Amino acid sequence: MLTDIFLTFFKIGSFTIGGGYAMLPIIQREVVENKKWLGEEEFLDSIAVTNSLPGPLAINCATFVGYKKAGIKGAISAALGAVMPSFLIILTIAVFFGTIKENPVIEYIFAGIRPAVVALIAYALVKLVKSMGVNIVNTSISLAVLLSILLLNFHPIVTIVICGSLGFFLFRKEEKA
Amino acid sequence: MNALLKLFLAFLKIGAFSFGGGYAVVSLIQEEIIESNGWISPEDFIDIVAIAEMTPGPIAVNSSTFVGYKLGALTGSAIATLAVVLVPITISLFVSVYYNKFKDMKQVAWVIRGIRPATLGLIAAACIKIGKVSVVDIKGVAIALLVFLGVYKLKINPIIAILISGGLGVLLYGVM
Repeated sequence: MLTDIFLTFFKIGSFTIGGGYAMLPIIQREVVENKKWLGEEEFLDSIAVTNSLPGPLAINCATFVGYKKAGIKGAISAALGAVMPSFLIILTIAVFFGTIKENPVIEYIFAGIRPAVVALIAYALVKLVKSMGVNIVNTSISLAVLLSILLLNFHPIVTIVICGSLGFFLFRKEEKA
Repeated sequence: MNALLKLFLAFLKIGAFSFGGGYAVVSLIQEEIIESNGWISPEDFIDIVAIAEMTPGPIAVNSSTFVGYKLGALTGSAIATLAVVLVPITISLFVSVYYNKFKDMKQVAWVIRGIRPATLGLIAAACIKIGKVSVVDIKGVAIALLVFLGVYKLKINPIIAILISGGLGVLLYGVM
């Protein structure tokens, strides 16, 4: 059972290119349709919950499913299985990275790719702004975080803690009112 | 402090506060591994983000393996990768065990509602910081605009966009 859990998440981890939500259908197919470890609704619930926790969605989700199937050992097998493919691939790249980068053609390729990374992050940002909805509270929090990092040199963790606390008091009040 | 211990703690911190997924973590990693510790150059980091986009696995995990290897070969990469997933796995495990209690905790929802817009600010900050390093001339501006329009308007797959921009790099920086 543990081997099965490990291998299933190893397989999922090998195909989670593009990250985040891109791999949800893959997990769903493996875990819900093929293995029948979770029901459809249970799976959606687990995504809703693990999405609010820190850490990559794939790994949190793996931990959750692994636990449901085989307790703590299952959770650890699943999480390790999910991490292992990216670990092995990046390790291989890291070993050769120094040598590869000395090739001028590779340097040109990366010189072209670097500006593309900025564009992809900007695109992700535009999509997120649309999906979150623009209102005064959201916009002020986002801008305050942006400015405090760029201009005041705040540590990102500090802004996360402040905004989390702010959310707690703000939305608790809203609920009571 | 022992270098590997420092590496472990830096990625433990990154893992523990990686809310909002993918790019939101980028500013956190930048702060910890470039600005505070100077473990890798900003250019190398951007290359890792690009590689992370094209290979399986979360950006946080990919960069931990990479930086870990640079600082301590195989041991370093194993330590950093373990560190970055340790807190998320532990918290997910707790939540799985106490799922029924956790599900109905409104407090968590309140905190998350504050953190979610913050992650947008983090992503915007990462975008601007990376932009300063990676868009250095008019050719870079052209590539960035083309890729943005390509993925936004023409719905080109990001991996294809990266491959195309690599080709443009050879053309603009190598040939011309």
